[in-house]
Amino acid sequence: MGDEKQAKSNSRREFLKNSGLAIGGLVVGGVVGGALMGKNGQQPAVQEHEHAAATTAENYNQALMFFNQEQFKIAEAAAEVIFPKTESGPGAKELLVAYYMDHQLGGAYGLNTKEYMSGPFYFAEAVPEQGYQTHLNRQQIFLLGLEALNAEAAKRFSTKEKADVKFYDLTEEQQIEILKDVEDDKVKLNGAANASMFFDLLKGLTMEGVYADPMYGGNKDMAGWKMKNFPGHQMNYTKVVTSKEFVKMDPQSLHSQHKQ
Amino acid sequence: MAKTLPKVDIVTVGVGWVGGIIAAELTKKGYKVVGIERGRERSTSDYFFGHDELRYSERYELMTDISKDTVSIRHNMKQRALPMREWGSFLIGDGVGGSANHWSGSVTRFLPYDFEIYSQTVDRYGKAKIPQDMTVQDWGITYEELEKYYQMWEATSGISGEENPHPGLPKFKWPTKPMMMTPIMELFKKAALDLKMHPYISGSANLSEIYTNPDGMTINACQYCGFCERFGCEYGAKSDPTITVVPVAKKTGNYEIRTHSVVRRVLHKDGKATGVSYINTLTGEEFIQPAEVVVLSAWTFGNVKILLNSKLGRPYDPTTGQGVIGKNYTYQSTAGKSTAFFDQQFNLYAGTGALAMAADDFNGDLFDHSELNFIHGGQIKLSAKGDLPIKTNNVPDGTPGWGREFKEKSLEYTNKSIAIGASASCMPNRYNYLDLDPTYRDAYGDPILRMTFNWTDQDRNLVKFLGEKTAAVAKQMGAKEVKQGGKLKDYDSTSYQSTHNVGGAIMGADPETSALNNYLQMWDCENVFVPGANAFPHNSATNPTGTVAALAYRAAEGIEKYLKTGGPLV
Repeated sequence: MGDEKQAKSNSRREFLKNSGLAIGGLVVGGVVGGALMGKNGQQPAVQEHEHAAATTAENYNQALMFFNQEQFKIAEAAAEVIFPKTESGPGAKELLVAYYMDHQLGGAYGLNTKEYMSGPFYFAEAVPEQGYQTHLNRQQIFLLGLEALNAEAAKRFSTKEKADVKFYDLTEEQQIEILKDVEDDKVKLNGAANASMFFDLLKGLTMEGVYADPMYGGNKDMAGWKMKNFPGHQMNYTKVVTSKEFVKMDPQSLHSQHKQ
Repeated sequence: MAKTLPKVDIVTVGVGWVGGIIAAELTKKGYKVVGIERGRERSTSDYFFGHDELRYSERYELMTDISKDTVSIRHNMKQRALPMREWGSFLIGDGVGGSANHWSGSVTRFLPYDFEIYSQTVDRYGKAKIPQDMTVQDWGITYEELEKYYQMWEATSGISGEENPHPGLPKFKWPTKPMMMTPIMELFKKAALDLKMHPYISGSANLSEIYTNPDGMTINACQYCGFCERFGCEYGAKSDPTITVVPVAKKTGNYEIRTHSVVRRVLHKDGKATGVSYINTLTGEEFIQPAEVVVLSAWTFGNVKILLNSKLGRPYDPTTGQGVIGKNYTYQSTAGKSTAFFDQQFNLYAGTGALAMAADDFNGDLFDHSELNFIHGGQIKLSAKGDLPIKTNNVPDGTPGWGREFKEKSLEYTNKSIAIGASASCMPNRYNYLDLDPTYRDAYGDPILRMTFNWTDQDRNLVKFLGEKTAAVAKQMGAKEVKQGGKLKDYDSTSYQSTHNVGGAIMGADPETSALNNYLQMWDCENVFVPGANAFPHNSATNPTGTVAALAYRAAEGIEKYLKTGGPLV
């Protein structure tokens, strides 16, 4: 813990030093300069921040604002098939991707608020290059998709011993088989949305949940970034950019920008 | 009932590069300018939490709210046009600074050939080289005439870059030294030289060093943070209007910007504009702003839409080929890109929007087209923009799109896969055009713009050719595997290609075939100027901003002349 703290304050010092090098030590402009420079343009002492709460703390973000329990379980299982745990590192489940999906679908993105949702809709007539042409929003499409996953699981894999099998009860192989058919529109959603629309949403949200800043609820402990050697939010790469050697560094999230 | 405001000298519709340049140049001369902007005020202070890929790159934070206004799209006149419901193939920004808040900062000048493309093609290859429906025409201005305006804007923005070494192109220097050279740029340079090409570090509005422009504005040095295109710059190191021309205009005391205000019409009587009508989207109030000169300085689509809704100029009719408003809409394809996969790991997360090495050997008419089934060409370019983790997940051909293998391969090739880009010029076609949609409306009740556009054989042949060239560069760079580009299918509005939408109200030498003269003044309405990318009669292969800005400086000069003398300037 102590080392991490040291590393963080070092990187901030490094940033100030590098900026000075990069621009001749004259001015660090824009909002960053304003925040880092004192009122008289003097560089303030770097604050030693209080360190983050103990690692055992509860993650209050792990709660649902949109899915019910059943929907969450299906989404979590499907995301894990898209981005499974492997020897390279954690999968969607460990990265809390299903919570990320829940939070995104619960808000503006799920409701398509910044999109053109005026009719008339010509879903059947549209060609794919015209983009989505359905009156359904992402919340509705996603829930239809989750229902379809369970329905397909029950239809294909129920046995005498166990009727009404759920998608999350299946083996990975069985889940892949269903998801492939969903991707290829061999499964029907309803007359206003194709299964592939759900699939694209599922895949897109999974990748975002793996790699978006942890403040959105996924990418737990920046483990998605660590697998990719992505350093996240850094102030400056003026030295790295010309380096012939690969430079590996501890990632930083936007949280590091907002410690009081 | 709309409230009529006191008359001003100039009103600009939109405050991006064009609106900002017009405002700076004319307020400095003492004219009163009002800029009407549909979005909000923007500044570097908005970007303290700017390194957020989800918010800016995936959820389009800096783009116009498409729920309020969009374009409808179809491939041909038989199809029903349907509205673009979410952003896709292009990304148009709003707010003070416009799309320049989120641009990559890539800067080029168009080629001398571009401005005289029809004459030079006919001279060199004969009339038969131009297919029947290719409505390519000269611009009514030459490179030599435009050169000083290019210089004015490059000095304002402090553009960094290396001199283009191609022997067939004019020599000029950028105001600041080139950006840093990265290892992948070095690899590209060596490969391009091996292939007898002429690589150079291309023009960048992300500056290599701190720079003070002729107006006394300071632009900072780029920090190569990797969050650039689609993002605002928290350092003020990416030239845009909010750190250059807008504050210069404000300082004169002659400039007023009205944000959250959507212009619906240019008002006109007896062939002259009297002003514009607009709505304040926060209060719902409607206003009339009278002006001596109206400048349409919105995006290509906004300008054409306002002209058509205002019944200004003669609408284009593809069935007869008559009319001009909506004519010659063109775009730019990036499908000639090839991807190179290496064993070696590079620091690809570092970089900036315009950090790139380019070569123009297959651009314009710098190579012989006698045996080729297209005219013009494309620019080959390797960019080091900074790979972001949601967006960049390159895998070799044959890899599934999800699951275990996808995960492992996408992780393996992070920092090991590099795109060799090719942006292709786009020639106009009689049946690619803009008009008003008969069905869909914007949030204020006006018809939205309808785009009828598809790639032509010219585009497909050119892009195939470029795909072969980029793959050859990738191989020469020592890639262990190459995914060759060059396949162009139907125009796809859903996947990002470029925000280089041009044409629709074009410039030229003849009022019969163009909407604007070479001062960007409307032939049919002498006190309306439309100096945007809408003025391009075709699209060259490279980024259009430098040419848009040069045309804006040209228009500013024209507007001043007009305010003194009146009448048509040509």
